[in-house]
Amino acid sequence: MTSSRTAFAAILGKDLRAELRTLQSLPAMALFAITAFIIFRFGLDRTSLSGSLAAGVLWATLLFAAVLGINRLFVSEREEGGFDAIRLAPIDRSVLFGAKVAALLVYLIALELVTVPIFAIFFLGDAGGLFPLIAVLLLADFGLAATGTLISSMAVNSRARDLLVPLVLLPLSVPLMIAATGATDPLLAVGGPSYDRFGTWLMVLGLYDLIFGLVGYAVFDFLLED
Amino acid sequence: MPPAQKKAVPAIRVAGLRRDYGDRPALDGVGFELAAGASLVVLGSNGAGKTTLLRILATLLRPSGGEVAVLGCSLPDEAWKLRGRIGYLGHEPLLYRDLSGRENLRFQARLHGLGPEVAEARIEEILRAVGMQRRADERVAELSAGMRQRLSICRCVLHRPELLLLDEPDSNLDVEGRELARELIGPGAGTRVVVTHDPERFLPEADQVLRLGIGETAVLS
Repeated sequence: MTSSRTAFAAILGKDLRAELRTLQSLPAMALFAITAFIIFRFGLDRTSLSGSLAAGVLWATLLFAAVLGINRLFVSEREEGGFDAIRLAPIDRSVLFGAKVAALLVYLIALELVTVPIFAIFFLGDAGGLFPLIAVLLLADFGLAATGTLISSMAVNSRARDLLVPLVLLPLSVPLMIAATGATDPLLAVGGPSYDRFGTWLMVLGLYDLIFGLVGYAVFDFLLED
Repeated sequence: MPPAQKKAVPAIRVAGLRRDYGDRPALDGVGFELAAGASLVVLGSNGAGKTTLLRILATLLRPSGGEVAVLGCSLPDEAWKLRGRIGYLGHEPLLYRDLSGRENLRFQARLHGLGPEVAEARIEEILRAVGMQRRADERVAELSAGMRQRLSICRCVLHRPELLLLDEPDSNLDVEGRELARELIGPGAGTRVVVTHDPERFLPEADQVLRLGIGETAVLS
């Protein structure tokens, strides 16, 4: 058996190299998010947001932008035979799940590096809440990456892939979004960040990550069977 | 197991193999044995189940019934023991279009646990064998179908598999490509199962021939 670390690095490296070369997912995700911020800015007719409204705008935008990347996560494996190549190799198949979660995590972090500062410029008078927001973003990104990878692997064999991913993913991500907006709300409050129940929401995010990370790891092998 | 007995174990043993797609049987009652080092050529019309048989032997499909043992491993229960021991050349090249040929082979080499130096030497060797060393740094999407097939042959033999499962190995290859490919996947390459629509080309290389027909019993000769 090839070591899982070697296989993980090989699959992750392959995915990132292909994305850097083709830019099929990241630019679309970023463009979507920026366009959504512009629509919110004019739709809400507000130049400044705070509290739950700011948290809602941020997370709704990031979630829908993530769906674009999640839809394409396994397309190359499906259309170019990657699933077969990986199934023929002497590796633990769960490594593919881990590598895809990591790739999606990288996409989400790159997306947020671009879009969160733009969100702050568009809507936040005080950027003091952005630093503690990093912890919320990372925990929510992992949960979204784990759930998204699981759903994407199930949907990729369907012709209705583009429809199936949001239909299944969005209900599953409701608890994640509740916790993420709950943690973000006090950070973006008027008058600067507060930490009311911040730790509790972070623990909820951590629990969500743990559950979907373990579920994905446990069932992924079966999803690759014919 | 004593050496004499070990030698007698066939590379492939199939008995009463059945595979259904929904209600439709693609294979029914297929049986044969193939000795180590021998070549089996599988013939049959479209839809006779040739590719299905090959994918079952490659552990990519689960049989619906019957017994299948490949390289001493019972399928599907011991499929994990077989991974990395089989070279599979299917209809699809199993190459990523946005990577170059060399990058694809390096990726495969890492999945199969080849160290970097061993992998580089092996990749150069097989690229040279199929005449692809000058085009190996181009993206697969930019290559012709024949060149992709040459790269796919490289991918198939990269890890020195004990068993080759070849589905129409000559497809898209020109005369030169066919001759070059023989070195890697020809009769001297070890135990082979070759699915083909071109019996004239492959029958002279066959130790055994399996004829599959739609709704007919498989005939081994």
